Amino acid sequence: MNTKVDICGVTLKNPVMTASGTFGSGREYSEFIDLNRLGAVVVKGVADKPWPGNPAPRIAEVYGGMLNSVGLQNPGVDWFMENDIPFLRQFDTKIIVNVCGHSIEEYVNVVKKLRGADVDMLELNISCPNVSEGGMAFGTDPVMVKKVVSAVKKEADKPLIVKLSPNVTDITLTARAAEEGGADALSLINTLTGMKIDIYRRQPVLSRKIGGMSGPAVKPIALRMVYEVCRAVSLPVIGMGGISNAEDALEFIMAGASAVSIGTASFINPSAAVDTIDGIEEYMKKYNVENISDIRGIIE
Amino acid sequence: MKTVENTAVASIGLLTDDICDMTLHCPEIASHAKAGQFVELYPDNGVNLLARPISICAIDTGNGNIRLVFRIVGKGTELFSRLNTGDRIRVLGPCGNGFSLSEGRAVLVGGGIGVPPLIETCRQLRGDKTVVLGFRDKSNAILCDEFEALGAKVHVASDDGSIGFKGNVVELMKSENITGDMIYSCGPRIMLRFLSDYAIERGIPCQVSMEERMACGIGACVGCVVRIKDRDGWTHKKVCKDGPVFDSREVIW
Repeated sequence: MNTKVDICGVTLKNPVMTASGTFGSGREYSEFIDLNRLGAVVVKGVADKPWPGNPAPRIAEVYGGMLNSVGLQNPGVDWFMENDIPFLRQFDTKIIVNVCGHSIEEYVNVVKKLRGADVDMLELNISCPNVSEGGMAFGTDPVMVKKVVSAVKKEADKPLIVKLSPNVTDITLTARAAEEGGADALSLINTLTGMKIDIYRRQPVLSRKIGGMSGPAVKPIALRMVYEVCRAVSLPVIGMGGISNAEDALEFIMAGASAVSIGTASFINPSAAVDTIDGIEEYMKKYNVENISDIRGIIE
Repeated sequence: MKTVENTAVASIGLLTDDICDMTLHCPEIASHAKAGQFVELYPDNGVNLLARPISICAIDTGNGNIRLVFRIVGKGTELFSRLNTGDRIRVLGPCGNGFSLSEGRAVLVGGGIGVPPLIETCRQLRGDKTVVLGFRDKSNAILCDEFEALGAKVHVASDDGSIGFKGNVVELMKSENITGDMIYSCGPRIMLRFLSDYAIERGIPCQVSMEERMACGIGACVGCVVRIKDRDGWTHKKVCKDGPVFDSREVIW
C-alpha cells in the first residue's frame, strides 16, 4: 500500500496536511498527536512584521460549523524562522509556510526572507476574509490574483501554492489566473464569509461583525469547488473545507485533489488529522487500493 | 500534560434553577489538574461542534474526579445539564495556567458563576483566607457554606441586598476594609476591572481569571484574546493558553 503523494516535486508520506490557521505551528497539537505521522504541517499565516489581529470576540459557533475573525494575528516572519522552523524540523513531516500581507510588497518581503529557509513549500494567502487590505481583497479579482502571484513567484525559491477564496461567483477564473501567474499548486477553500447576531444583546457576535465560516457544514461547497478547479487547471490541488474524517478526505481525493487539509476538525478532535490518515489506510486495505493516486480524480 | 478523556458522569444535580453541579470521573485529567485551570467539554451532538470551556471547581485526585459547577447559558451547557450519572462525555484538559498560590493572607473574590474555581483554590491555600462573593440575589447565591467549611471567613454581597451586603463585591471590600497579601479572583469582566483598581490602590497583587469565546482551548486557533501590556504597548494574549489567569495590572481593561 502506497499513500505517498508528489506535489510539485515534494513527496509527502501521505496526502493529509493541516489547514493554515487551525494548527499553529504544531506545538499545541504535539501534546496529543505524533507530528511525524502528518504528510505536512501548513503553519498559521506569517507576515513580514508581527500582526496584532482583530479584537475579541473572534469566534462564534454556527450550525455545523464556526465563524472566526482572528485577522491573521502572528508574531512575524523573523520570530517564525527563529522559533517555529527549528521546532517543526524535529519531526519527519513537510513544512508549508502560509504567507500573508497587506500589499504585494509585504508578501514579497516575507518570501524574500524565507529564501534559503529550511521549509518545503510556500502557500500564498490571498483569501483571508478577516483583513481589510490584502487577503481576500486580492484573491477575488482574477487580474489582481495574476499580478500578486507572478510578483511573489519571481522571488520564491520553493514551490508556490496559491490558496483561493470561495467568495467568488466562479472559482475557476481565479484558479486559472493563479495558474497563469505561475502558481505551482492551488489550495482551496479558505473560509466563506458569514455572520451571526446575538438577538438578546442585539449585536453581531463577532467584533468585526463578519467572519469566515468553516466546519463540516461547508464541505459540500468546498468539494464542488475542488471538483470544478481540478477540471479547469492542470496544477495539483490541495482540497480543504469541512474535512473531518477519512470519508470526507477520500471524497476530495476522488474529486481530484492530490492532498487534503484538516482544519476546524482539529478543534473538535485534536487527533482528527491522524485519525484521517488511519482511516484512509483502512479504506485502501479494505478495498484493495494499491496507490492513493489510483483513486485520485476518478470522478469524471 | 493535556489529554482527551472519555469521562463518565459520577454525579450530577442542580444548585439553582440554572446552575449545574457535575462531577466527572477522569483520572488522567484529575491527576494533572491545578486550581484555576479549566476543561473543554464537547457537546458531540453533531450540531454544536465546539467544546465549552468550564472552570474546574474541585479536584479529587484520590477518586480521579473533577467537579464542575456551571451556568446553563446555551445549547451546549443545557445538553451537559441533562446528562445522567454514568453517561459518557468527551473532555479535554486540564487547560490553561491556574492561579499561582502564594503564602500569606489570601483574599478570594468571586462574582456569580466565577465563584466555582475559587473552591479548589481556597482548599489548597494554607494561610489566613478571606472570601468575598457577589451574586445577583439570594436565589443565585452558591457555594457560600462550602467556603466556610474550608476555614475561610466569608463575606457575601448581592445586587438587591437579599443576601448579605447590598452592593457589589468591591463596595463590600471598601466598607469592610478587606485587605491581604494576594487577591485571587474570577467573575464578570466589569467586576474584575473595579477589583483591579481596588487592588492597585491598596498595593495588593491581584490575579484575575478571564474568559473569552474559544474554539480549540489549547492555543492553536488564537480566538480567545485579551489585551495585555508589554514593552511596546500591548499584545493579544490567549486566554486559553497564556491565561486564563493574568496579573490584573497587566490587563488592558
